[in-house]
Amino acid sequence: MSDITKQSLSELIKNIKDKKLSSTEVTKAFVERSENSKDLNAYVTEDFSAAIDKAKKFDENPNLDLKLPGIPMAVKDLFCTKNVKTTAGSKILNNFIPTYESTVTQNIWNEGAILLGKLNCDEFAMGSSNETSFFGCVQNPIDKDLVPGGSSGGSSSAVAAQLTPITIGTDTGGSIRQPASFTGIVGLKPTYGSCSRYGIVAFASSLDQAGPMAQNVRDCALLHEVISSYDEKDSTSIDFKRNNYVKELTNNIKGKKIGIPKEYRVDAMPKEIEDLWKKGIDYVKDCGAEIIDISLPHTNYALPTYYIVAPAEASSNLARYDGVKYGFRANGENLIDMYEKTRSEGFGAEVQRRIMIGTYVLSSGYYDAYYLKAQKVRKLIKNDFDEAYKKVDAILTPSTPSSAFKIGEKTNDPVSMYLNDIFTVPVNLAGLPGISIPAGHDAKGYPLGLQIIGKAFDEQNILNIAYAMEEKINFKNKITDWWIK
Amino acid sequence: MSKDKPEYLINRKDNQYEVVIGLEVHAQVTSESKLFSTSSTKFGAEPNTQVSLVDAAFPGMLPVINEFCVKQAIKTGIGLKAKINKRSVFDRKNYFYADLPQGYQISQFKDPIVGEGKVILDMPDGQKEVGIERLHLEQDAGKSIHDLDPKNTFVDLNRSGVALMEIVSKPDLRSPDEVNAYVKKLRSIMRYLGTCDGNMQEGSLRADVNVSVRRKGIKEFGTRCEIKNVNSIKFMQMAIEYEANRQVDLIEDGQSIDQETRLFDIKKNETRSMRSKEDAHDYRYFPDPDLLPLEVSDDFIEKLKLEIPELPDEKKKRFIEKFKVSPYEATILVSDNETSNYFENVIKKSDVKLATNWIIGELFAALNEKNLEITESPISAGNLSKLINLIKDGTISGKIAKTVFEHMMEGDKDPKKIVEEKGLKQESDPKALETLIDKVIDDNREKATEYKSGKVKLFGFFVGQVMKVSGGKANPQLVNEILKKKL
Repeated sequence: MSDITKQSLSELIKNIKDKKLSSTEVTKAFVERSENSKDLNAYVTEDFSAAIDKAKKFDENPNLDLKLPGIPMAVKDLFCTKNVKTTAGSKILNNFIPTYESTVTQNIWNEGAILLGKLNCDEFAMGSSNETSFFGCVQNPIDKDLVPGGSSGGSSSAVAAQLTPITIGTDTGGSIRQPASFTGIVGLKPTYGSCSRYGIVAFASSLDQAGPMAQNVRDCALLHEVISSYDEKDSTSIDFKRNNYVKELTNNIKGKKIGIPKEYRVDAMPKEIEDLWKKGIDYVKDCGAEIIDISLPHTNYALPTYYIVAPAEASSNLARYDGVKYGFRANGENLIDMYEKTRSEGFGAEVQRRIMIGTYVLSSGYYDAYYLKAQKVRKLIKNDFDEAYKKVDAILTPSTPSSAFKIGEKTNDPVSMYLNDIFTVPVNLAGLPGISIPAGHDAKGYPLGLQIIGKAFDEQNILNIAYAMEEKINFKNKITDWWIK
Repeated sequence: MSKDKPEYLINRKDNQYEVVIGLEVHAQVTSESKLFSTSSTKFGAEPNTQVSLVDAAFPGMLPVINEFCVKQAIKTGIGLKAKINKRSVFDRKNYFYADLPQGYQISQFKDPIVGEGKVILDMPDGQKEVGIERLHLEQDAGKSIHDLDPKNTFVDLNRSGVALMEIVSKPDLRSPDEVNAYVKKLRSIMRYLGTCDGNMQEGSLRADVNVSVRRKGIKEFGTRCEIKNVNSIKFMQMAIEYEANRQVDLIEDGQSIDQETRLFDIKKNETRSMRSKEDAHDYRYFPDPDLLPLEVSDDFIEKLKLEIPELPDEKKKRFIEKFKVSPYEATILVSDNETSNYFENVIKKSDVKLATNWIIGELFAALNEKNLEITESPISAGNLSKLINLIKDGTISGKIAKTVFEHMMEGDKDPKKIVEEKGLKQESDPKALETLIDKVIDDNREKATEYKSGKVKLFGFFVGQVMKVSGGKANPQLVNEILKKKL
């Protein structure tokens, strides 16, 4: 079956359950396509032969009751995987092989899935284009020399190019939704506390959240159902009743109240984005939902708040990479010299920039003016959403202020790069779930995404809205396999 | 407070200086596992054998609070009569060091678990109250070992992540003696509570000592210096003495004191500058985003209050009231839970007065000589009680009892058996004593005549002779009676 990789996750599961396909056939097909797609640079570590062995083993005694029976899957290289190198896209972890497994990936393997390999990402998930990775840029399969978004750029590229039927990313300020939008796929950032952070290389602990990236909403719901679990090993994990997200998936969103925040009409937003948003509004109206204008008055402060809180936490979280215990070490004259050389050589420019910003905003004398104030503004941003959710069930916005840009286009302008996250960052600051679905194309034929933001723990609702919209939009990704020789 | 209280002052030509001391005691929480991980805290294990992925700060590892350690901290707070904060926050204290794997220590900076409390000291001239500023929970760091190799430093992470309580006193202490009493009292309270074993050799209790001096009569505090990480009471006292004199000399010399962190060199008996205020770390404290604020309910605290045993101050009061021991004796008897338990076990079946004297006198001296704790005493409370009863019922004299006691120290033997085996029973048979006394008088006819002619002082000589001949076993009271008749 040469079209195996074109099948959605749900189709593959059905075919395996119906014994029309074996795990080995499916795994081999994705391995073969991945082998032929090295030019995308989506993988940091390939684990192909082990994957095929595992698939063969699965087929010997297949447990078809599992949710992901024998499904091969590559994951973002921020998830620690037992005995498989985990780099976080950084030189400083270039040689790091964990002896443990993250809770989220363990949940996936427990349901029968098989690791294909580790996917490229921005270094320590700090970036919006995958250009900060020590292992080089990733190509967006939509067009040559186009960024796949970031930080889960390897993940978005791999799903869009069908190197893996589905994947997981992490989202601290938009790192799932923005690359999903740039590559024409679906990406969900769950409520903070829904998925365990245990075993995920930390960027900003109060914002980081793992989530699924898929070709369609149903696949996305299925993977979310698998990865979301209460975990005692993560003190910020929340013990709430989780839905059967697939079983409860419905396109009936009649009477749902959808909020349109006026503050998201930012200056210099391209007309294409404005039009897409209008189209989105029409789609939900067609589905019987009600549109309500709302205000999120502190939206303007979200980005500056994020760029204080996230670097502050990162500067502390990344202190452990000191060359003493594991990872890269540069030799030095003494301890301090070793630290300086290790961290100067081991971290890339963007990571160093954020460590410096974070160290600065936490310094005595500056703490109140920056970190403390940012925390207060963060609370105001959350209050905005709480207020809005008294009137609406969900909020509809564009995912990004533009479509994907060219590799190198913004590398020398960090602020313009940071602006990519303007619509996604408030959701992380408020700890809410958000989903990006592909909703159309710009003039160049590049995909554009719409974001649906939900109430905390209300993933089911935004999945349903996305599911209903998906049907109306009938999006088709324009991928030509240009990278395959 | 009485006026003739002996003050600790440093005297110079024209001036007298008062010393002001505050202590930050780091007490290791008695707990099987660490503050944020399940690794063992057992002392003395091979290096790096009690280290979890969390303790070594592997990527993606997260701290999870150990509820038992929280309970221990709250219990200690209750023991210090302190305010328990129902909401406390763990912060990160950021700094780089090879034995600090995370690159930060998880501690409580702004919102500690325990607030203000107090400790009562029993000083020779009366009681003194020392204020407690706060108690907070924090992680210990690992250990850097610099002397195993000329070029390399080795790191042992067994201690990394072990729970500590930092107990901060107010600057209420005024002398090395008060520091001694304060640390001992604090240790005693925590031992009663079972929240810290107070073992200073194993590093379970150490302190940062803040010292400043001021001219007698001046109200404002002087500039203080902090002496880091002193691990014995004796060294604390030595360090304070040195440091206070150093500061006084500087002032007398017209110089100012620099606020700084200093180290105490035990070999040279001096403190040395470690870093000045300008070089002080900027720890960049901020709430640890991996941990939610720690919230405890009233119910949780009330349940812990039920687990609090009788503490030394209350026990002392009870001993004085119920057993009529002196305040001095009571202070000694309640100094630790084991001693007071021992005492209470002894007096279950024997005389309180004798028991008090024997425990504080003979037993403590003997244990001290052998460098033993009360829990290691070769003489059980039951057997000491039996010995006291043998004295009380006249079976043996107090003098013989000391001999029996010495035998008992060799191994926990029943004193009755020792008395029998060694034939130490007191001779109280009047007939037998009469025979003995007759013989003594017979052997000392001249002296007997002198006595009868009025030299009454010689009575003591005859008692001594009788005791000597009897091998000390004669009942002294009966000897007196019979001798009087016979002479």
